Amino acid sequence: MAVLIDKETRLLVQGLTGREGTFHAKQCAAYGTTVVGGVTPGKGGTTHEGWPVFNTVADAVAATGATASMIFVPPAFAADAIMEAADAGLGLVVCITEGIPVIDAMRALQFMKGRTTRLIGPNCPGIITAGQAKVGIIPGHICQEGRVGIVSRSGTLTYEAIHQLTTLGLGQTTCIGIGGDPLIGTTFIDTLALFDADPDTEAVVMIGEIGGTAEEEAAAFIETSCSKPVVGFIAGQTAPPGRRMGHAGAIIAGGQGTASEKMAALSAVGVTVVKSPADIGRAVADRLAA
Amino acid sequence: MRVTTIARAMEKKGTGPFFVGVGSRKRGLSPFSDPPDLATPISVKHPAHLIPAHLLAMISIVKIHEYQAKVILARHGVPVPRGEVAFSSAEAGAMARRLGKMPVVVKAQIHAGGRGKAGGVKVVKSAEEAEQVAKALIGSTLVTHQTGPRGREVGRVLVEEGVQIVTELYLGLVVDRAAACPVMMMSSEGGMEIEEVAARSPEAIKKVLVDPGTGLTPFQARKLAFGVGLPPDLVGKATKLMLATYATFIASDASMLEINPLIVTATGDLLALDAKMAFDDNALFRHQDIREIRDLAEEDPLEIEASKYSLSYIRLDGNIGCMVNGAGLAMATMDIIKLAGGEPANFLDVGGGANAEQIRNAFKILTSDEQVKAVFINIFGGILRCDVLAEGVIAAVKELDVHVPIVIRMEGTNVEQGKAMLQGSGLNFATADTMADAAERVAELAAAPAQ
Repeated sequence: MAVLIDKETRLLVQGLTGREGTFHAKQCAAYGTTVVGGVTPGKGGTTHEGWPVFNTVADAVAATGATASMIFVPPAFAADAIMEAADAGLGLVVCITEGIPVIDAMRALQFMKGRTTRLIGPNCPGIITAGQAKVGIIPGHICQEGRVGIVSRSGTLTYEAIHQLTTLGLGQTTCIGIGGDPLIGTTFIDTLALFDADPDTEAVVMIGEIGGTAEEEAAAFIETSCSKPVVGFIAGQTAPPGRRMGHAGAIIAGGQGTASEKMAALSAVGVTVVKSPADIGRAVADRLAA
Repeated sequence: MRVTTIARAMEKKGTGPFFVGVGSRKRGLSPFSDPPDLATPISVKHPAHLIPAHLLAMISIVKIHEYQAKVILARHGVPVPRGEVAFSSAEAGAMARRLGKMPVVVKAQIHAGGRGKAGGVKVVKSAEEAEQVAKALIGSTLVTHQTGPRGREVGRVLVEEGVQIVTELYLGLVVDRAAACPVMMMSSEGGMEIEEVAARSPEAIKKVLVDPGTGLTPFQARKLAFGVGLPPDLVGKATKLMLATYATFIASDASMLEINPLIVTATGDLLALDAKMAFDDNALFRHQDIREIRDLAEEDPLEIEASKYSLSYIRLDGNIGCMVNGAGLAMATMDIIKLAGGEPANFLDVGGGANAEQIRNAFKILTSDEQVKAVFINIFGGILRCDVLAEGVIAAVKELDVHVPIVIRMEGTNVEQGKAMLQGSGLNFATADTMADAAERVAELAAAPAQ
């Protein structure tokens, strides 16, 4: 068992014929993911690296039975790609693209209301289910099948946590990068609920960042609805207010979204909050041993 | 007239009306005599401030000056006072003369609030006085609660007609992250910072969430206008102004728009007396006009340099230079340095797919900060392989003749190869296996007296 993706996932790549799309489609396939084809408007009917290419997502779904899509489309067109995937009825859309204008993201999220598609991202490293499948750019070789679920707003910090869990022999079930943008499709709460329902996941690592109130909302959810131990880390404890730290979502504005507020909210509901990112794995081991 | 009722109420509270002037503009007229052109005045006068557009698009948060925000608002039909920007005292005098009627207000243009209290806004009664005030302001350094102790140098002033204020309101627009839609806020407590009002009397702030599909609707605007106690005879004008403000926000891909104060004048007009705008840098590719009017004198030269190489760099006050891949890990690296007793000199994200050339450029930028006494390189090699990183670092240290100590912690793809390359380079790197060890080591090195 795992969440969101597994051996049954049939993956479509929007932007397959681009440099990034090609590279990561191959990486996903090498990890064991069933990649069924790609979408590049105007290149329908051709093949790329052995995969069939379609003009529209709807055509691709009809021909391949795809269940999920991974988006590597340039920022100016990525919101449209998300809407196209949702319109075609895919269950899961993972948007890797960084730099989508906020107004475009806002419209795409509005479009998805009332539809059944789950969007992960944008501006995220994607998802990996250890030993089964990956949709995105998380390096597969650092993962190991195991007991811990990871949800994170940051890419490389996710890799850090994965590495620590692998080194300690705890391994992972599924790792989900939900993205560093202010507007994202799937929140901490959504993924915490998934992990709570997954019998193989015994503990959850939650990596937050300064900015917004997603971590505070997650804390309220954990208090009422999470039965499993959660270990948390918040990046940006020392970031100055009013400056954007790389991720568009990571900015402290008007006294809202500080690391200390988030850490306090999580600690208050029983989450083990570590101050140093080097202590994530150890804290999980302690919680599982307790 | 209802306005006078408000005025009396405000007088009782001791908040206004406060300064004299004439606000005799006709309703609906553009505040500028000619159609305002955003780019021309600045690109003509300050060509040195122009850098290629594709580079500008990569610099992080984008702010503009008050006068520029007013030009953009006016283009969409938001009434603003008549005024022009001046880069010299002579220009300021000429503009005051052109405005004709006194008093005139001279306002320092810097990217920070709190200018009034810091002496950056002056009411003058003659063109000569306007010239003198501009002479004193241009080239001076203003220190406000938002500039930090170093302050900001004033390069230009806005010369604007004086208007009589009866009531001050606040109008703001931002994107609500949780609801994923724009939120328009209005408050009867104009002139105050909205954060202060929110902390002290949150009930004074009225909000509406705007459906991005339909946009702001007139009924929502009326709800706000009545909500803050505007008299019925002003609600029509307020609605029009709010719809125009929303149009400005969407059309320019703004991330923040504040009109504070939005005033009611003695003649019963609504006017954006001060305006602040910030833009979504992800959308700058479709706004050449905004890229062109950026005032690069307001931005850190090293940050501008970094943006040329797609590096995300922010200068801070410490002495440990940081080079990291990934924004989250870069923030976490700053945190762990601080935990170890050190102070980060910068935030620097080289990105997930950095190559040797990128590493060299990053090195160059972080070591050109004279405060840097030690460097911490923290890389998790996913896509960026550790051997590529090692190659880049070795080349950069040799070429740039770096003398500060360097602590490297790397993990991930090809880590053994990378470590072997660093050891075999003959250069003096300190390596560490864990982030925590590396942070302690670099904090020690930065604290040690220079040799």
